[in-house]
Amino acid sequence: MSTSHKITQAGLAILLFLAVVGAILFVASRFSGRKADRTTAAVFLLPTVLLLSIGLLYPAGRTLYLSFFNSSGSSFTGFDNYTKIFTDHDDRIVVRNTVLWVVITPFVATGIGLLYAILVDKARWESAAKALIFLPMSISFVGAGVIWKFIYEYRPDQPGIKQIGLLNQIIVWLGGSPQQWLLNSPWNNLFLIAVMVWIQAGFAMTVLSAAIKAIPEDIVEAARLDGVKAWGMFRYVTVPSIRPSLIVVLTTIGIATLKVFDIVRTMTGGQFSTSVIANEFYTQTFRAANQGLGAALAVILFVLVIPIVGYNIRQLRASEGR
Amino acid sequence: MTAQATVALPARADVRVAAGQAKQRLTSRWASFAAVVLGVLWTVPTFGLALSSIRPELQIKTTGWWTYFTHPEFTLDNYRAALSSDSGTGLGHAFLNSFVITIPSVLIPLALATLAAYAFAWVDFRGRDLLFVVVFALQIVPIQVTLLPLLKIYNATGLTNTYWTVWLSHSCFALPLAIFLLHNFMKEIPRELIEAARMDGAGHVTIIFRVLLPLLTPALAAFGIFQFLWVWNDLLVALTFTSTPDLAPLTVNLANLSGTRGTAWHLLAAGAFIAIIVPVAVFLSLQRFFVRGLLAGGLKG
Repeated sequence: MSTSHKITQAGLAILLFLAVVGAILFVASRFSGRKADRTTAAVFLLPTVLLLSIGLLYPAGRTLYLSFFNSSGSSFTGFDNYTKIFTDHDDRIVVRNTVLWVVITPFVATGIGLLYAILVDKARWESAAKALIFLPMSISFVGAGVIWKFIYEYRPDQPGIKQIGLLNQIIVWLGGSPQQWLLNSPWNNLFLIAVMVWIQAGFAMTVLSAAIKAIPEDIVEAARLDGVKAWGMFRYVTVPSIRPSLIVVLTTIGIATLKVFDIVRTMTGGQFSTSVIANEFYTQTFRAANQGLGAALAVILFVLVIPIVGYNIRQLRASEGR
Repeated sequence: MTAQATVALPARADVRVAAGQAKQRLTSRWASFAAVVLGVLWTVPTFGLALSSIRPELQIKTTGWWTYFTHPEFTLDNYRAALSSDSGTGLGHAFLNSFVITIPSVLIPLALATLAAYAFAWVDFRGRDLLFVVVFALQIVPIQVTLLPLLKIYNATGLTNTYWTVWLSHSCFALPLAIFLLHNFMKEIPRELIEAARMDGAGHVTIIFRVLLPLLTPALAAFGIFQFLWVWNDLLVALTFTSTPDLAPLTVNLANLSGTRGTAWHLLAAGAFIAIIVPVAVFLSLQRFFVRGLLAGGLKG
C-alpha cells in the first residue's frame, strides 16, 4: 500500500466512524420526555455492547472452551493441557519464572518508587527529578528491551576485544571478568525483571508522591512535636497514611507484570529458561500452532489476575469503611 | 542535566514547613546522594542508546558508547539505513503505520466511551447498574484470552490484512477502562447543573455538547494521551493481527529486528530511538495531563 493510500484509509475510517456517532446522536435527539431516556440509553450503549460482546465476551468464552481440547481443537482432552503446564519440566520453569516476575517486580518497583518520592519530596528540583524516573514509563517494552540489550551485551574476555555493554565494562573496570547476563539461568530472569522494574518505578513514584502530598499537615506536625524521628515518621505516619495507594500500586504493577511478554520476547525470545506464561501463550498459540495449550495458558493468566483484583477491591472497601 | 537536576536537592521547602520537614528528611546529604544515584541509574540506559545511535557502525560494534567522550565521531547514517526500505528494516513505513494504527484507535473508543459513560451516569434505564458492573468487570480480562478467537472472526469476515483488525481490537480492549474513568468524571459534575439544563428544555444531546464536553476536556485529554501511548507502544495486538509487513507498526519491526538481526547494533540503536521519540515527546509536552490520567486510573481503578 502506498503512503497516501494508507492515510486515506485512516481518514475514511475516522469519517465512517464520525457518521456512526452522528447517526446515534441524531436518533437520540429525535425523542423527548420519558421515552427519550430509554432510546438514548439504547443507542448510546449499542456500539459498546456490540464491541464488548464480540470482541471480549465471546472470545474469552471460546478460549476457555478451547483450553479443554487438543492442539487443533478437534478432540476433547479434559484437563490435560492444564496438567501438562504444571507437570511438564519446561512448563514448570515457565510457571516458576512467572512467579518470580510477579513477586519481585511489584515490591522492588514500589520500594524504589516510594524511596524516590520521599527523597525528592518538596525539593527544589522535584518535578525535573521526577521526570527522569518517570520517562521510562512512556517507552515501549520493546524499546526498553533494546535499550537494555545495550547494557547487558557480552563480549568474550580476550585481549584486543572491548566490552560494548555498560554492565560488563563496569565489571571489567572493577577488575572482574565479563558475564553472559542473559544466558545463565536462573539469574538471567532477574536481569530481565530489572527492565520491568526500571519501567514501573516511575508509575509507583508518581502515584505515591501524590499520596504523600495528600497527608494532612497537622498529622505530620503532631508526630514531630511528639519527637518522632525520620524512620518513625516513615514507619508510623507515611506508610499507614498512604496504605490504600500502596496496595493499588502493588496490585496494578503485579497485574501488568503478569501480562507482559514484550521484554522476554525482545531480549531472549524465551530461550535460556526465561520464558513466562504470557510469552509461552504467544509461542504456543501463534508459533507452535498448539491452540489447546495456548488457550489453557491464557486462561491461567486470567485466573491469576482475579485474586489480585479481589484483594485490591477488598482492601479499598476496608479503607473506605474506616 | 542529570547531575544538575538532582544535585540541588537539599530542600528549599515552603517556609511554613521548611524548618520541621527539612530536618525530618532522611537527612539531606545522604538523601541527595541516593536521589542522584537513582536519577543517574534511571537515565543512563536511555542516554546510552541515544548516544549510540549517532556513532558510526564500526564504532558501535567494537567499543561502548562511553568511548564517545574520548573519541567523538558523529554520523546520521544509522538513521538513514534504518528508515530506508533497502536495508530490509523499512522503519520509515512502520513509522507511518504506527500513526495510521494509533489515531483511529484513540478516537473510536474515546467517542464511544463518552456516549456509554453518559448513559451510565445521567440516563435512567432498567438494568443500568447490572450492565455497568459487567462493563467494569471486563477490565480484568487479559487481552490474551481474546486473541485467537478474534483472529478467527477477522479471518471469517475478510478483515485480515486491513487496519480494521487493529483498530477494532484496540477499541474493544480500551472501552471498559475508558467508560469507567469517564463515568467517574461525569458523576463528579454537580447534578444541579444537569437539572438546570433539563429545566431549560435541553435534551441529552444538547446536555452532552453544551454542559458536559467543556467540563470533560481534561479527562478526555488524559485518557486520549494514555490510549495513544498504549497503542503506540503495543506489541502483542499488532503482532497478532498485522500479519503482513506492509501493515506492521514500529514495535513489530523493532522486535523482529532484535530477533533476526540482533547483531545489527547500529540499526537497533537508531530504530529504538525512532520508536521511542514520539511517545517521549508526547509525554514531555503533555506530562501534566498524563499524570492526572494516571492518578485517576491508578487510584480509582
